[in-house]
Amino acid sequence: MEIKVLEGIFDANEIIARENRELLDGSGVFMVNLMASPGAGKTSFILATLDGVKDSLSCAVIEGDIAGKVDSERIAEQGVAAVQINTGGSCHLEAKQVNHALEHLDLDRLDMVLVENVGNLVCPAEFKLGEDLKVMILSVAEGHDKPLKYPLMFSESDVLIVNKTDLIEHTDFDMEALKETVRKMNPGVEMFEISCRTGEGVERWTDWLTEKVRSA
Amino acid sequence: MHELSVVESMTAVVLKHAERNGAKKVAKINLVLGTVSSVMEEPVRFYFEMLSKDTVAEGAELCFRRTPFVARCKSCGSEYEVEDFDFTCPECKGTEVEIVSGREFQVESIEIN
Repeated sequence: MEIKVLEGIFDANEIIARENRELLDGSGVFMVNLMASPGAGKTSFILATLDGVKDSLSCAVIEGDIAGKVDSERIAEQGVAAVQINTGGSCHLEAKQVNHALEHLDLDRLDMVLVENVGNLVCPAEFKLGEDLKVMILSVAEGHDKPLKYPLMFSESDVLIVNKTDLIEHTDFDMEALKETVRKMNPGVEMFEISCRTGEGVERWTDWLTEKVRSA
Repeated sequence: MHELSVVESMTAVVLKHAERNGAKKVAKINLVLGTVSSVMEEPVRFYFEMLSKDTVAEGAELCFRRTPFVARCKSCGSEYEVEDFDFTCPECKGTEVEIVSGREFQVESIEIN
């Protein structure tokens, strides 16, 4: 006997993602899902972002890593609440883990939660967390051809941060070629060129983000 | 490790429907897998064998139906297969599109005894 099921396998995650969304909306909190490959500069980017918005937004950070808590310690040193999730080998965060992490935060006192996803350009794109904004970082050292290799991530993101622009002269990175490829995959994407090391371009990003959070 | 959690969800969906219909055995599971989903068939088979052990779904045949990556243009309404993630509409060059298929991973039906 054949039984019709027609149930999506990501549905269970998406139901919890919607619950997260409702929970955050109830407290007026904006959530950012930050994705990138290992070493693209996610944690430095978070620190630069927190510094840029510290006078206007109250923030907390959820750190997703396979193991360890070095990232959450770096954030906590800045006086910002940080919750560490260790995925124990799993290569992406799921909505349920974020749901548990949100329990540790005083949402009524917050404007924004930054979620640092596990360093990976593949599966984090498939799992919604309940975020308002998907942000991905590409560092120039990784090369401008990455969108062709990881198209789903580049087509799903609302914002593309091109980081480590201070290194660009030491690489063959072609910014125009990157923009052309990404625009075809994702015409609505916002792009920011920044260097967390020198601070160049960070203000334009944090101003844009602040406005986005306030108007949400 | 990506597929392990995905196959856990898939197995839960199968067992829920098997139980609801009083299945003694699940003979076959028909799955729909989009061509641009990051889920791969082989690891799904591997983890399913592990996760279905000692359940009514142990030994079930997994049958994958692959769906093409198709988008619909919001400007002119035409549907077309997307190549290399270039969403530009081939008819009107529009860039506002919605995805029709190609991303999904779904349990379409199960065959039970």
